[in-house]
Amino acid sequence: MIAALSVRALTLRRGERRLFQDFDLDLAAGEAVALTGPNGAGKTSLLRAIAGFIRPEAGAIVFQGDGGPLEPDEARRAGVHLLGHQDGLKGNRTARDELMFQVRWTGGTDATALAASQTLGLARLLDLAVRHLSAGQRRRLALARLVASPRALWLLDEPLAPLDAQHRGLFGELMAAHLAGGGLVLAAVHDPLPIAARTVELAG
Amino acid sequence: MRALALIFRRELALAWSGGGGPLLAIGFYAAVATLVPLSTDPSVHNLAGIATGVAWVALALASLLSLERMFERDFEDGALDLLMLGPAPAEAVAAAKCLAHWAVAGAPLALAAPLAAAALGAPLSLAPLILATAAIGGIAFAFVGGTGAALALGSRRGGMIIAVIVLPLLSPPVIFGGGALTACAAGMPWQGGLMLLGAYALGAAAICPFFMAAACRNALS
Repeated sequence: MIAALSVRALTLRRGERRLFQDFDLDLAAGEAVALTGPNGAGKTSLLRAIAGFIRPEAGAIVFQGDGGPLEPDEARRAGVHLLGHQDGLKGNRTARDELMFQVRWTGGTDATALAASQTLGLARLLDLAVRHLSAGQRRRLALARLVASPRALWLLDEPLAPLDAQHRGLFGELMAAHLAGGGLVLAAVHDPLPIAARTVELAG
Repeated sequence: MRALALIFRRELALAWSGGGGPLLAIGFYAAVATLVPLSTDPSVHNLAGIATGVAWVALALASLLSLERMFERDFEDGALDLLMLGPAPAEAVAAAKCLAHWAVAGAPLALAAPLAAAALGAPLSLAPLILATAAIGGIAFAFVGGTGAALALGSRRGGMIIAVIVLPLLSPPVIFGGGALTACAAGMPWQGGLMLLGAYALGAAAICPFFMAAACRNALS
């Protein structure tokens, strides 16, 4: 279980361009950080580097467990949820099939998946094909996997964008519950998060 | 193991839900196998001589069909991120995808191959060996093809690139499988070809998952 994330002197490069240099970040259990910065500052790249998809040019990304540093790939496979711009849902499958697969794949069960779909108001949509859902409904379906599978570190890329005011509030409550249970949230946002969060700015 | 069963079942469901799954591959296979006699001397004597060869080449072509979607679909909609952050290593995910591809396209094609060969005039006594070589060769096609599909990730016109990468690599199994059939038809020992075919399939299944995983990581970075 990931208890803390520390990013030390991280330098990321995309193609010819250096996004940022010597970036430090500490995130402890129960803490949320809102990552802000102009377009192109490297918010998405930072999240993908923490998730292990982008290899940093320099610096270290360390996942701390209760008893010391964790093996990074194992920590990612068992403890990281990445929710990017895309929801990773197949249009021609039903919402139920996609949710059940994603939840089981990330370590949850059918029961937790159904409970999460209730929480997010998806129960009546589960038998529809994903392509018939609106952008906001698809995002809620993707959020259901976060709630349903026990992974400590949530890496969220613009999680609020397609959500309406009511569901932004609901998602705030879900994040608060996740933090209260010892979770960690790192979210790249342009709008303020609906919960108390430390703001870290990427200068760009 | 549970995770692999999960991904295998998902791939099967995806193959069936979009694009007809095995029916498409078999339809294409039947079309290619039917075109060949139209392009050459259609006498029974001539066709019987090339029947097994035609059956095999059509098999290699038909197995290319749905390769493009193997990784591209998950890459485009972001699901590949999720697959890479699951409980199983990327190599195992890739292997499960190839096995599912074989189950949906390779195995039905293997069942169709003896029929196609018989329709072209190959002796019925060859049917069991055609089935065996097509089934084993299909595994090689799936793993080598998957490697091509992963390497072509993110490129436009990926299907053409896959064909250009994969077809040369399919020549050994075509030689071994077709050779075993020709030898058997001529009453010569054919076991060697079958064993070489099996060795190629096993080698592909052992090595290709590492290539596919590396290519996926590269595409996502």
